[in-house]
Amino acid sequence: MEVLLAIAIGTLCGSGVWLLLRPRTYQVIIGLSLISYAVNLFIFSMGRLRSDAPAVLTGQTGTLADHTDPVPQALVLTAIVIGFATTALFLVVLLASRGLTGTDHVDGQER
Amino acid sequence: MSGWMHHLLIVPIALPLVSGALLMVYDERRQFLKGVINLISALTTLYVAIRLLQFADTSATGVYLLGNWPAPFGIVLVVDRLSALMLVLTGVLASAALIFSLARWHKAGAHFHSLFQFLLMGVNGAFLTGDLFNLFVFFEVMLAASYGLALHGSGVQRVSAGLHYIAINLAASFLFLIGVSLIYGVTGTLNMADLAVRIPATAGDERLLLEAGAAILGIAFLVKAGMWPLSFWLLGAYPAAAAPVAASFAILSKVGVYVLLRLSPLLFGEKAGASAGFGSVVLLVGGMATIAFGMIGVLASQAMGRMASYSLLVSSGTLLAATGLSDAGVTGGALFYLVSSTLTISAFFLLIELVERGQSPAANIIAVTAEAFGDEEEEKEKPDDGSGSAFPGTFAILGVCFAGCALLLSGLPPLSGFIAKLSMLVAVLAPPGPGVAAGIPLAGWIFTALLILSGLAALLAMSRIGIRMFWAPVDASVPRVLVVEIVPVILLLSLTIALAVQGGPAMRYMQETARAVHAPVQYVHDVLSAPRARRAPAREAAR
Repeated sequence: MEVLLAIAIGTLCGSGVWLLLRPRTYQVIIGLSLISYAVNLFIFSMGRLRSDAPAVLTGQTGTLADHTDPVPQALVLTAIVIGFATTALFLVVLLASRGLTGTDHVDGQER
Repeated sequence: MSGWMHHLLIVPIALPLVSGALLMVYDERRQFLKGVINLISALTTLYVAIRLLQFADTSATGVYLLGNWPAPFGIVLVVDRLSALMLVLTGVLASAALIFSLARWHKAGAHFHSLFQFLLMGVNGAFLTGDLFNLFVFFEVMLAASYGLALHGSGVQRVSAGLHYIAINLAASFLFLIGVSLIYGVTGTLNMADLAVRIPATAGDERLLLEAGAAILGIAFLVKAGMWPLSFWLLGAYPAAAAPVAASFAILSKVGVYVLLRLSPLLFGEKAGASAGFGSVVLLVGGMATIAFGMIGVLASQAMGRMASYSLLVSSGTLLAATGLSDAGVTGGALFYLVSSTLTISAFFLLIELVERGQSPAANIIAVTAEAFGDEEEEKEKPDDGSGSAFPGTFAILGVCFAGCALLLSGLPPLSGFIAKLSMLVAVLAPPGPGVAAGIPLAGWIFTALLILSGLAALLAMSRIGIRMFWAPVDASVPRVLVVEIVPVILLLSLTIALAVQGGPAMRYMQETARAVHAPVQYVHDVLSAPRARRAPAREAAR
């Protein structure tokens, strides 16, 4: 499970970084989105993984050890909201840049 | 701090939030009303910040428990000398930039006033918070507002510089998140004071992960502070921004410096066990490289906007290197330098716009050509636009302000730039205590040399530009400057004079701040033992 998650995060983050370094604004924004997914998964995984455990505890009074740590979930929720908002804002700037310069190159001109 | 005074702590965050939201309600056509509301809010925030400074100077740390949960579990706001100082600085810069913008810049685009208040909220929040994740949230509030403000006035140059600015800062925010979650994963807490308690206990693999997290977190702040290999975005974004925006952005890079100054002695101070002093070498070397890079940039730049940005880098680099030296005496001087240089650069950004207003955009290029190839190609057109009568007054005031900026940037007496650099040099070269025989470390010598050389570079560049602008202008048309525009510049510069005249008390405050920052026992104790608020006695009796 850990290996699977690590590979998933690594793939997302690697692809994101590669796209971030590309010259087109659309590629940059997709790269930023992929990195944000990777980061969100990463924060989530900091609450530790546990497999083969019931999602809902029934018929028993669980101790604290039976519950997952709620803080990373709260953190990831905040991170998702903020990441979404800033990505939307970036999208607006991207469109403005496209409109003003007539190209989707990140520097506003073709090389 | 008791009674209603206690609630002053949340005002620097709540007031800008409320007035920013209020300003959204009004139509863009009611610019005057919006300006007045914005100004009242900014000045009130400044007043509250000054009250908090007075409080922080008399007694211990003020702690505000949001949601009334005790410290390591709930989120806290903390005010001590360092954060109060930064709050006052923010308030001063914001008020000055705002007054400047009322002349004409606030009409250059939509929602300037709201964004300005949200920027203020984010910056104040970042200074007040005592929680790492909350710091991230305030960082994002600040950055989101700054994205809007960087684009204020629109235009090709601003939008493409803004695109780079946003992309870099988004990437840095992700690094911030990775660092925070790694630290949480290891220690199980995000409260800064609680972290300081728990870090010495980590060992083995945990410690490696913790240090990796702290390093990644540090990168995010260094991007913001503009350390050398991470600072290239700044040189595009700041000169392109509108003048009042650039002036208030001067505090944004100081937010990064503030966090490093706060966290590095708190988390990795002497008591941190095996991790003590982690990262200070990076800060020291990176800071020195930044000074060198900024110094060369200051000498090389022809446009004044770029020069101001490079000066900002020199200032950041000096502060980072001083933080890296991790010595209370140096930090005291560095704090003085922080206040002085931020005021200067902010005033300089405002001044540049006023001076350059009198020039055609190509004048800088022409001036360079004229310097290089002789004065043959002088411009002949430029009819007088009838404002010639204002010439002596306006030009003289602008010239005096410019000379003041030059003195402050290069650190010459009698202004505060000199005192700041002198106090840092004294602390580096003559460490107090009996261990003088140990001699001055190599880092101290290099720091000294860079500090003096960067002053020299600033002096050279400023006199060259000053001569070109004021004594031998290629096309001398007098800029039309309104009183509202020159007053903030004079205000900021006279504050640096006040800082020099009141050098003794100011320096005492800085030294005490530095001591508290480097020995955070009191801070940690006050945060972790902050009492919860009680129900009002009358209501208690009624039950």
